[in-house]
Amino acid sequence: MSELNRGCNNAIALHAVCKQYGSETVVRDVNLNVQPGECLVLVGHNGAGKTTLMKLMLGLTRPSAGEVAVLGGNPALRSAVAQRKALGYLPESVAFYEAMSGREVLAFYARLKSVPVADCERLLQLVDLGAAAKRRVGTYSKGMRQRLGLAQAMLGEPQLLFLDEPTTGLDPSLRQHFYQLIDELHKQGVTSVISSHALNEVEARADRFAIMKSGDMLACGTLAELYAQAALPVRLRLSVTPGEASNVAGRLGPAVNISEVNNQSLSLSCFNAEKMPLIRRISDLGEVVHDMQIMPPRLDEVYNYYMNGATP
Amino acid sequence: MKLLWVLALKELRDGLRNRWIAAAILLLGALALSLSMLGSAPTGSLRASALDISVISLASLSVYLIPLIALMLSFDSMVGDFERGTMMLLLTYPVTRGQVMMGKLLGHVLILFIAILTGYGGALLIMIALGDGNTEGWQAYGVMMLSSLLLGAIFIALGYLISVLVRERATAAGAAIGLWLVFVILYDLVLFGALLLDEGQAIGQQLFTVLMLVSPTDTYRILNLSLFDGVSQAAGLAGVAAGAGMSSYLLVSLMLLWLVAPLSLALYAFQRREL
Repeated sequence: MSELNRGCNNAIALHAVCKQYGSETVVRDVNLNVQPGECLVLVGHNGAGKTTLMKLMLGLTRPSAGEVAVLGGNPALRSAVAQRKALGYLPESVAFYEAMSGREVLAFYARLKSVPVADCERLLQLVDLGAAAKRRVGTYSKGMRQRLGLAQAMLGEPQLLFLDEPTTGLDPSLRQHFYQLIDELHKQGVTSVISSHALNEVEARADRFAIMKSGDMLACGTLAELYAQAALPVRLRLSVTPGEASNVAGRLGPAVNISEVNNQSLSLSCFNAEKMPLIRRISDLGEVVHDMQIMPPRLDEVYNYYMNGATP
Repeated sequence: MKLLWVLALKELRDGLRNRWIAAAILLLGALALSLSMLGSAPTGSLRASALDISVISLASLSVYLIPLIALMLSFDSMVGDFERGTMMLLLTYPVTRGQVMMGKLLGHVLILFIAILTGYGGALLIMIALGDGNTEGWQAYGVMMLSSLLLGAIFIALGYLISVLVRERATAAGAAIGLWLVFVILYDLVLFGALLLDEGQAIGQQLFTVLMLVSPTDTYRILNLSLFDGVSQAAGLAGVAAGAGMSSYLLVSLMLLWLVAPLSLALYAFQRREL
């Protein structure tokens, strides 16, 4: 499926977007569409251009070339200011006014978004900051700041959420809580763009992934599309009747790479296109095969594939 | 407009919380009172009112103090938010950059207004009380307070201009001190030095007047020392301003120009600044 044909009512549409700071190109010729309700995860090394891409979508900075459209309009224009009510943004390592309390900070942002200040209490409870709401933000830990950041991003029930490395500095239980909140929002149809280094965390949560490297968008698609594009093998592990392993190995047919044969188990891999024929052949082997585990390539393998040498 | 108030009230609350307002009130009030006490001795022979005398001394002092307070309020206000990252988040909210800057201006001017009103105004009430209810010269004192606020607003705007142009807070602090030195001390020093060396050859009265009007602090001084007869006589400057063709309208317009010009430049630079 071509990127540009994914539908014209995109929540976000980037067309041939470039961004240069001085002589340095931080985003190069990026095309990207995000549909309403979709969750897109941006992955890439530090300095790959993820944050700049978000700033472009938020209208904080203008592209050097190309076009950015968010909710149908150019986000950097004055006319887009009112539309920002529908946006929520959690910047990377979010900073607040240190002298204000958590409650005051949230109330300040609520007033700017014309959201009833009474709503703040609900959000503070939601991110477990009810008890700390009276304290100065200057005394908050990294995790508390991050949660306050999420609360302000959720003010006014935004249609579009931009979360820049939202779980850095959160402990595992907070991370889980955090993703629960995000899942809730997705159920309500919120579109989101999340940048993350925690590949295993976001793997199951995103609809699509965009892989950035040194300003280039190397790939963008669903996990399955990325596997196919990267031509990474699927791995299988078979448990067989003791002593039958080498016999089974001989009957698996062509296009299968057998990496390990024990007395009662085999490890194999094949390309995705060969997977179903292989599974059918294994099934035809009958009772000899007791169990089968299928391990699709993980996001970090796809990521490594693109980081180590793949060119756009 | 509502958003402007939200932004302004945040600055005001910051000012209250970090004791900025309290410090400024104390400073201005204590100075106004002590100057009026000290200055009340020589009033007899000139038959000038105590308030006129205190306008002279306060205006001379405000020229140094008000720009300093204003610059300290404002130099950090843009670059600090850029550096901390709070500006980036703020600008993803439904506010324009113009509203952000005008909201800050409103808040900072409000802080200065409270400080001047309470500090100078409080001193005025005490002086009136001590002078057995003699209110003669209150108009001059009132104009001094209003023009002090305008002078403060000018330097707040200049502070924003610095703050939006530099990359680091330390640079902004240095530039603010430099700006203060130039406008408050160096400009006059150089001008009078040139006048002395020149001995009236090249710098005629016309040019001198123009050169005086170039500086907002001199404009403020001339306005306060010449607008009211009581004050100008006591200051030994009777008719100076009128003789040089400087109406109070011209002086106030010049000060307003000094407010609008740096503010527009700061706004332009802010609009263009990449985040």
